[in-house]
Amino acid sequence: MLPQFSYVRPDTLQDTVRHLKEKNAAIHAGGTDLIGCLRDGIMQVDKIVSLNALSDLHGIRETADGGLVIGALTTITEVAENLLVKQKYPGLSQGSSEVASPQLRNQGTIGGNLCQKPRCWYYRGEFHCLRKGGNTCYALDGEHQFHAIFGHDLICVITHPSDTAPPLAALSAQLKISGPEGSRTVPVENFYLLPVEDLETETVLKPGEVITHIVLPAPAKNLRSSYRKVRARRSWDFALAGLALALEIENDTVTRGRVYLSGAAPVPWRSRPVEEAITGRKLDAATIQKAALAVVEDANPLPENTYKMDLFKGVVEEELNAIR
Amino acid sequence: MQTIDITLTVNDQQQTLPVKSNDTLLEVIRDYLDLTGSKEGCGEGVCGSCTVLLDGHPVRACLTLALEADGCAVTTVEGLADEDTLSPLQQSFIDHGAVQCGFCTPGMLISAKALLDENPSPDRQKLRQALSGNICRCTGYAKIVDAVAHAARPESGCPDCHTKDSGGDHD
Repeated sequence: MLPQFSYVRPDTLQDTVRHLKEKNAAIHAGGTDLIGCLRDGIMQVDKIVSLNALSDLHGIRETADGGLVIGALTTITEVAENLLVKQKYPGLSQGSSEVASPQLRNQGTIGGNLCQKPRCWYYRGEFHCLRKGGNTCYALDGEHQFHAIFGHDLICVITHPSDTAPPLAALSAQLKISGPEGSRTVPVENFYLLPVEDLETETVLKPGEVITHIVLPAPAKNLRSSYRKVRARRSWDFALAGLALALEIENDTVTRGRVYLSGAAPVPWRSRPVEEAITGRKLDAATIQKAALAVVEDANPLPENTYKMDLFKGVVEEELNAIR
Repeated sequence: MQTIDITLTVNDQQQTLPVKSNDTLLEVIRDYLDLTGSKEGCGEGVCGSCTVLLDGHPVRACLTLALEADGCAVTTVEGLADEDTLSPLQQSFIDHGAVQCGFCTPGMLISAKALLDENPSPDRQKLRQALSGNICRCTGYAKIVDAVAHAARPESGCPDCHTKDSGGDHD
């Protein structure tokens, strides 16, 4: 039985924002994360604001310059299967295909996937952890084999659960956000907050704000992108280690490269050491070897997740070999 | 608590139902409509035993608010048989020993039906992918995959299947 809440389904963005400004109001897009959170009692929600009457937020269209605009309510299945996404941004298509299960991809939306709450078992369980206003990260001294090796600063060691945020960040996507103060645009790479920046929330969304669209710039002529996800169960799981690549390659040389990791940090984690190891170089065996070592250069693994070091090295090596 | 009327077309029958804002589609199906084939396993979208078709797409009924399904068509496992005659897919599950405790079976059947409706002759990889959101703790999946593969191609027999008593030409 879910706790009690009121429910509204406004048909304008303006009304949506007005409802969302109220205390303890929550956005319902696909609902797959929200309903689980309500069932687990990890947040107080008095009002659910459904986005599903906002038809402008559905669907994928090409922009005049050859980029794409994806409505935030577009399902993960639609993103994964869309031909334009497959052609222009294979990394995003691959990332979307790797999300959860077929049923959840049919329900879950791309906007919702970006705004997921953490999957840490202490957070989802009956533990009054730091993120729920307590004063302890139970995972730090507890069970943390699936937790972060970067960016946690020994404060909160969640990993960000999204498989679409790393490829979107690598592809330099931007988020259109509407809220009480009007609309603004935030690059995916600046959307997430580290524990050292804020423990109460994972994103820069302010009360009343909602993602409406995701804008992908036109792909450069020599762009290659990919997403690889390693997980404990092949059928259905969150990433132990994942890698999103968006590389521009001319005459076998990487002229520009953006590299993001999943299953690595409390946010989609940009691996500048890998970018530096490959930019301006041919992806030969020596460069790939250097990049594989570079990926864990700044890592701070915990006692039970040092295995992720080798996992990330292996994933970088395999994926750079595959994309060259 | 206040109720709101929604319209659902469940297994081809249109109904108007008063629901509470915190009712899930699964609760409405099981408790209001007494269609108890769909099961609640984990209640958090992991196990797949609550899978139903919503406008033709398999979804988790335990994670769907009833209010969000207003105006939609829902197919549950009870909608597969024609009166007392099982669908070929259901019969194939029986013939291949794909049912043990049976708890996952309604969800498996619905996921399999969604696949075959979209792709009548899937290869085994597609088939496994389509069933990847449904957990079975008894069978080890092999017989379930055999059953769906056989239902997809009964005329060609199924060389991988291990039983001899169904309608196909078993080696």
